[in-house]
This record gives sequence, C-alpha cells and structure tokens, in this order.
Amino acid sequence: MPDSQLTAAHNPALLHHFAEPRQQRDAASLGMWVFLGTEIMFFGGLFCTYLVYRRAYFGDWGAASKTLDVTLGATNTAVLICSSLTVVLAVWAAQTCRRKLLIGNLLATLVLGTAFLGIKGIEYKEKFEKHHVPGASFQFNNVTIPGHPDQYANPSHAEIFFALYFVMTGLHALHMIVGIGIFIWLTVMAWKGRFTPEYNTPVEMGGLYWHFVDIIWIYLFPLLYLIDRHP
Amino acid sequence: MSAHPSSSLKLYFGIWITLLACTGLTVWAASLDLGPFNVAVALTIATFKAILVALFFMHLKGASEKLTKLVVVASLFFLLILLVLSMSDYATRTWS
Repeated sequence: MPDSQLTAAHNPALLHHFAEPRQQRDAASLGMWVFLGTEIMFFGGLFCTYLVYRRAYFGDWGAASKTLDVTLGATNTAVLICSSLTVVLAVWAAQTCRRKLLIGNLLATLVLGTAFLGIKGIEYKEKFEKHHVPGASFQFNNVTIPGHPDQYANPSHAEIFFALYFVMTGLHALHMIVGIGIFIWLTVMAWKGRFTPEYNTPVEMGGLYWHFVDIIWIYLFPLLYLIDRHP
Repeated sequence: MSAHPSSSLKLYFGIWITLLACTGLTVWAASLDLGPFNVAVALTIATFKAILVALFFMHLKGASEKLTKLVVVASLFFLLILLVLSMSDYATRTWS
C-alpha cells in the first residue's frame, strides 16, 4: 500500500497538505502573527479612546489614576515578565527535547498567570469597596486634582477613567484566562510527550500569544497607573 | 533554531533582568516631576520593553520569513493611522 509507505516516511505530525514540517510551521507562524495584528487593532481602539479622553480630562484622569495601587500594578508587571521568561524557556525546552523542563516551565507559567489574575481580583475588590466602579453607586467627591490643591476633580470625568480602566484591564484579564486555557492544553500535550524538536509549533504559537498579552500589559501599566504620580 | 542552546539561555535571562529593571525605572521616573515629559518617558520605556519582548522572546529578530515581518510592520502602520489621524483631528478642533 502506498499509503502506509507514505505515513512511514512522513513525520506523524505533518499534515498531508504541507510539503514539509518547515512549511507547516511557517504557515502556523504567519497565521498567528496575522491574528496578533488583528489583536493590535482590537486593543488599538481602546488605546485611542484613552488618548482622546486623557487629553480632554487631563487633571480629572490624573486624580483618578492616583487612586490606583502602584505597588500591586508593578508587582503584576513583574509577575507577567517572569511568566514571559518561563514561556520562552518552555519553547526552548520543547525545541531541545527537554520534556521535564518543558512541563515545569508550562506549570510555572500557569502559576504566574493565575497569580496575576488573583492580584487583579484584589484590585477589583478594592474598587468595589471604594465605590470606584462606574454605575449608580459611583462616588468620587472631594478628590483634588494633582498640582491644583484648590480644585476638585469632576466625578463624571473620573467615572470615564474607571470605565476605561475596567474595560481595558478586563479585556486583558479575559486574554489571560484564554491564555491559561491554552497553556493547560499545552501542559497535557507535553505530558503525553507530543512535542519533539521536529514538532513543537503549538508551544511556539501559544508562547507568541502569551508574549503579546504581556506587551499589552506593558503599555496598560504606565498609562493607567503611572500618570500624574509625582507629588 | 537554537544553534547555541546555552547562549540563547543567557540571552533570555539577560532580557528578563533588563525588563524587570525597566519596570523599576518607570515606577521611579513616575515619582519625578518632569512636567509633560512624564508621559513621554513612561511610553518610551514601555516601547523599549515591548521591542525587547517582540525581538527576543517572540523571536522576531531571528524570523527568517519576510512575510512575518511585513505583517508586524503593516499592523503597526495601521495602528499609527488610527492613533495619529484621530488625534490630529481632536488636537486641532477649535470648537468644543
């Protein structure tokens, strides 16, 4: 049978419509980067909204930004940077056939990703307690504008800051949850020994997604937490 | 892909330390009063970090396929159209 000869000659992970593993990997990589391009535009709309309102309500947004916890934000940035390291180490381990190191780094990524969401949850809880969640119970009275101790921030302008804070960090957190799902699947696949130096595209593509979500946070952190911090 | 396994490990750890240092730097810079340059400094550091992640963690530097680089450049170009054209509109409105 020519069929069995073909499968014997081929890498079992090579799909029949690709000529060689390299071509299959490059196609996956290109597709992933196009997807990340759409994600840039997806988040880009929110960043544009941020710029427009930040310009219009400069002082009010500075006052609202000052109520965020920089320590928690910076910790979360560090947690995500560490998770990016474990992801790149996982890709390296998959390419150099180190199964235990691969599984260890995938699990470390899951722990760090969950820690990020936990810290985010603590921050969200604080917003509810302080009535900083946009809606009927929103309160932002008698908060002075940075640099203008005699002026109070406009609560409805601050509310827009918090609305955008929740949409941007919420959408980012949603991406983190999806990423954690992807990495659970990758861990199971790695546990079954599916990845070899010849075939590790899922680890590589999952890694691209994770790093992209990290880059989004790298911009969210200064824009939301660090504006008008100075006394 | 990884011709020199140990050298790429060194690179990854070096990038990791740099990214953590930049996070500390941006928090420290935010506590200084630089006037309008506070935002510029914060965004410059963020862009530097993002470039490091893209080039070395996402392996864009070693990407052999020109098409991948084209997709990245095109995405950033369209993002710039979105941001620059929108802001040039809002920044030049004389009515309110």
